[in-house]
Parts: sequence; structure tokens; C-alpha cells
Amino acid sequence: MNRDEYKQGLDVHTPVFIDGHSVEIPVLKILNHDGTVFPGAELPEINQELAVKIYQSFVFHRVLDERMVASQRQGRLSFYLTALGEEATTIGGTAGLKPQDMIMAQYREQGALIFRGFSLENFMNQMFSNEKDLGKGRQMPIHYGSNDLNYMTVSSPLATQIPQASGYAYGQKLQGLDAVTLCYFGEGAASEGDFHAGLNMAAVHNAPVIFFCRNNGYAISTPSDEQFRGNGIASRGVGYGIKTIRVDGNDVLAVLKATQVARDYAVKEHKPVLIEGMTYRLGAHSTSDDPTGYRTREEEDKWQKNDPVLRMKKWMEANNWWDDSQENELKEQYKEKILAAVKVAEKIDKPPVEDLITDVYDIPTPQLTRQLNELKEHIKKYPYAYPFTAGRIK
Amino acid sequence: MAQMNLLQAINNALDIAMSENDRTLCFGEDVGHFGGVFRATSGLQEKHGKARCFNTPLVEQGIIGFANGLAAQGSVPIAEIQFADYIFPAFDQIVNETAKFRYRSGNQFNVGNLTIRTPYGGGIAGGLYHSQSPEAYFAHTPGLKVVVPRNPYQAKGLLLAAIRDKNPVIFFEPKRLYRASVGEVPEEDYQLPLGKAEVVKEGKDITLLAWGAQMEIIEKAADLAEKSGISCEVIDLRSILPWDVDTVSASVIKTGRLLINQEAPLTNGFASEIAATIQDECFLHLESPIERVCGMDTPYPLALEKEYVADHLKVFEAIKRSVNF
Repeated sequence: MNRDEYKQGLDVHTPVFIDGHSVEIPVLKILNHDGTVFPGAELPEINQELAVKIYQSFVFHRVLDERMVASQRQGRLSFYLTALGEEATTIGGTAGLKPQDMIMAQYREQGALIFRGFSLENFMNQMFSNEKDLGKGRQMPIHYGSNDLNYMTVSSPLATQIPQASGYAYGQKLQGLDAVTLCYFGEGAASEGDFHAGLNMAAVHNAPVIFFCRNNGYAISTPSDEQFRGNGIASRGVGYGIKTIRVDGNDVLAVLKATQVARDYAVKEHKPVLIEGMTYRLGAHSTSDDPTGYRTREEEDKWQKNDPVLRMKKWMEANNWWDDSQENELKEQYKEKILAAVKVAEKIDKPPVEDLITDVYDIPTPQLTRQLNELKEHIKKYPYAYPFTAGRIK
Repeated sequence: MAQMNLLQAINNALDIAMSENDRTLCFGEDVGHFGGVFRATSGLQEKHGKARCFNTPLVEQGIIGFANGLAAQGSVPIAEIQFADYIFPAFDQIVNETAKFRYRSGNQFNVGNLTIRTPYGGGIAGGLYHSQSPEAYFAHTPGLKVVVPRNPYQAKGLLLAAIRDKNPVIFFEPKRLYRASVGEVPEEDYQLPLGKAEVVKEGKDITLLAWGAQMEIIEKAADLAEKSGISCEVIDLRSILPWDVDTVSASVIKTGRLLINQEAPLTNGFASEIAATIQDECFLHLESPIERVCGMDTPYPLALEKEYVADHLKVFEAIKRSVNF
């Protein structure tokens, strides 16, 4: 913005300071806790088919998270990470997009993939890092990616996807596509430099990207009041000149509505949007974490009552779109399928030793080929030490 | 053929790349209308439009993050970091993202279309923050290619190859040669191979190896040595990663001696990697220890730049040490 265009208030002649809290940020709420719609609320575009698809994704998500934590506890899986309590941000957000829109996630967004139809086998093969994993067994469990579903492969470094999403969206705009990029991140990751870099780049270059902050209250053990002082993450969007909205992140209809409107705006105006979804990480950060050391039972109970899935269920039931018997049947079905898929995936071979050097470059360099050949000779000498690959070396 | 300086050759390569593919973009700090602080992107915005050649905010991690996203999307980003000294805010994006994009996704996604251009090196009275040669940091990162040209002809051919290569490339431009190095450059399109060294001058007593701006240093030292009756083989490594072990080994097997000249500090510089590999490859052919003539292990100085740099006289002394060992 040209300096002459700064929006200034009145001239004052004694010092007047403002802070982020000087701006009151409205919170979009559509669905009340009892499953009724707030009077005057503008519903998102949703019909029974979409509502059922969203709700079934919720059910699958919960069963998957529950079964995979159990598998980790049984020692079958090295690591897992649930999204309990914040499923509405990922499933509702993805439901507001079109399939051609790119999603660049942080890591707790399996809901987005569930909604887009990532197969159970693909989930399992990734988590068990077997040779059928689309990522060739190279990343820890839950680092999914799917080219077919426009879901960028997740990387562990935090917030790196944010400026990338700005660039990705800028490329979509230059090509004149009817497509946006939606970028998920947590309120903790928003402390990283890449957050500020990414938002500023998108604002300056008018990139059609939707930044979606899952403000779930915690970055591992660090509560958000030890993460920042400002008025949430939404206040920062305003600072970067980005159209911003705060929503009740446990209200799936509010999330869906905000995302639909944001997408429409981003595509038509070629500009970024920031959505801050206020939610709560009901589960641990990951299977390596125990929240009892840093937060109270009372706090968790309060948010348990604010369950996004239960809230939607009440709305679905009121519409006669869903009932308990359907739900119980579906849960049983999912449980069985997941258990069976675990048993299959854990028995599939590890990737072949050649996959150590592929995809570092488009074609392995002479140095890499030499290192692989030396490794193969070594493995042949000590096959008992390398049981996953020794039998398969030609 | 036309007479071009190194900047003009780079500008010419960028223009060719942007003309052949409308998804090719050039951006960075002051890159737009101004044409870059060294004018490498001069005229590109006027010719190719503001959407494809533009200024960015002052945020290196944002420039490279943005470029990674563009490359993943199928665009062909050519990102400029104004000075290699300022590339470090983007280190995470380059090392953890650019370099690992293809590998970590099982080749579902890649940023192979990305080229990062950045001026490096001393000799312009730039002191410690406008003179560094950080190639070794990046050479330690599988997934990147690292290229350094020595003159205008090389710069154009290597840059066009870097832009079209299916892997991300960091292209270090020797800024002290930007205007100082002038030569014949074909006006048409051509490429020079990445990952291949070039034997610039054949000789039989010792192999002198360098890259980028140090090439003129070893060539000058070779002239001095010739006058003392020492025949030098001179090699331009051109690509730091991956590097051409075969060409260097073949030369050392022939001459029996190797001297590596690098502008960056001695300890853990890329010369160290070359020395380790060559002693392994050519152990029984070596007549003397491998010489490394490098910058000192200090920040890059200002007032004492002349004393600090790995100049032709230091190289000449090392040649004599090696030959008389």
C-alpha cells in the first residue's frame, strides 16, 4: 500500500497507543451446542449428501485415531498423532474446497485426506513404511502425501509450507486456474518466521491462498498464552492487509461456511484470506506426549463438552439424516476394516534397498550409484544384520 | 557471437529462458523495474511483464519458500538472493525443503524446476557481509546441485542448463567478475553440462583445480609456474555438487600432484572434500601431499583483504612446495 493510502484515524495531540486488542474480532458461529442453528445464521451450501459425507468422515477419523493409538501402544507402530477435538477444522475446511484445490498441511490434518478419499491401504502403508507406501517408507508415520488428491506431502519442519502455499497459489493464479491453495498450520507454528514471510508474500503478490490456523491452544506442552501476546492469530492477518475471519473451530458449519466464502473470494479477487479456527487439542500432541503434566482435567472436561462431532450429530439427528444405529453399525464396520488393514500392512515388505538412493535427484548421481553398490556388497557379506533387504539383493 | 560481460551473459540467459516458457519467473529483492542491484535482471520486467519479473519483500526465507511452492506447482522459478551472504535466512527452506522435496514424497512432488541465483565472493571491498563463498554448506546437502561459472560464456551455458535441469540448482555468480570478465558469447541458445569439470589447459607436472572467480587466480599462477619450467594442468570444476571425480582423478593420475584453490575459508571447505576423495582414488599415484590454498579461517576482512585472499602468489608458492616435495 502506498504510504498516502494508509488509513489513519483522527489526528491527536496527546499520545494515544493502540494494540491488537483495540480491534474486536467477530467469531462466526452457526451451530449451537444443542445442534440448533443460531437465529439468523446464514447456512453454508450443504445438502444431506454432503452432510452425511462430512459426518462419516468424522466417524472414520475417530475410529482410525483410536485404533492407531492402540496399535502404537501394542508396539506395532512407532508413532501416531490424533486430531481428537479439532476434526471440524480439517474436514469442514476441506469440504469447503473443490477437488482441484491444493492442500498444504502441517501434520494433524488426516481429516482432510479422509474427506478426499485417501484409501485405508494408503494410510496404513504410510504408517507402516512398507514398500507400497506412496512416500517409499521415508518419513515417520502420519507424513502423508497424495498427488492424486492434491494433498502436498507433509514435512516435519514447522511452517515451511506457509510461504510455499503462497507460491503455489501464485502459480495457480498465473495459469488462470479455478483453483486455490489451502494451507493449514497451528497457532504455535505461527511463531515461526516462515508464517510471517508467507503471509506477507501472499498479500504483496495477491496469491489466492487460504491460510487456515487451527488454534488448538497448545504447541506440544506450551499453551498459547506462552506463545504470543496479541489478539490470537487473526489480528496478524489484519496487520498484513489480509482479509481475515475468526470462526468457532468446533462448529463444522461455521468452518464450512467460512471456507466456502473464502474460496470464492480468493478465486475471484486473487487475494489471500486468513481463517482462524478456535478449537482445542483434546488428545496428546502425539503418542510420545502425556498432557497430564501440563494441563488440568477440568480444562479438558470443559472442551470435551464442546465436542464438534457431537454438535454436528445433534444437528444431523434433528434433520433426520442420521441416527445411533447407523453410527454404531458404521463404527463396527470401520473398526473391522482398520484392524484387517493393519494386519495386512504390517506384513508387507520394507522398500527395496535401491530406494535408498532414488529420488534424491531425478537420476542417481555416479557417486550415489557407487555408494549403493558398495552397500550391497557389504550386505551380502553380513546378511543376518540386514534382514529386511539381504534376501532381495540381486 | 557478441562481446558480453558476465552480467550481460546472465541477463541474456534469463531472457532466453523467459521467452521460451511463459511459466518461467524471475523474482527477488529489487529484481523488478530496477533490474537488480547488479542489473542482472535489467529489462526483463519491461519485456516479460510485472507478473513474471517482480520485486519481493525483504525476506529470503519467503523468497525461497514462495519459489519452492511455485516449482512444486509446475512453474519455473528463478529466485535471486541479492548476496550469498544473505542466503542464510532461507537455509531451512533450501536444506529441509528444496533438497528433500522429491525424496520425501516418493517422487510424487518435486521442485526440480527451481534455480536460485546468488552473487558470491570477495574482491569488491564488501567486507564480511558482501564477500562470502558459502558453497560448502550447500554441498553437504543431498538433493541440491551447486554450480559456479568462471566467465560469461560459461555463465550463460551453465545457467540455461541449471534452469532446465530437473533438479533444484544453486547458481553462485562470481560478483567480482560481473563486469570485469568480458568475452565472446553466442547470442543463440546453448547449454553446458552440469556435473562435468573442464580441463582448461593441459599440463604434466601438477593439476591446479578451482572454480568460479578463482580460475583466473590459478591461471595466473600457472603462467608464473610455466616460467619456472613447471607444466600445470588447469581444471575448472564448474559443478560443486555433484562433482566430476573422474576428470579430476584422471588428471591427478597423469600429473601425480593436486592443488585446490578456493576462496572460502580452509577448514571444512569443499577443497577438503576433494582432497579426501582424491587421496582415496589416486593414493598410489600421488607424488606429494594435496595442497589446499584457501581463505583463512576468519570472517572475510575489509582493510586486509589483499593479505587474506588466496591469491596467485600463494598458489605459486604452493605449486613449488608440491613439485619440490
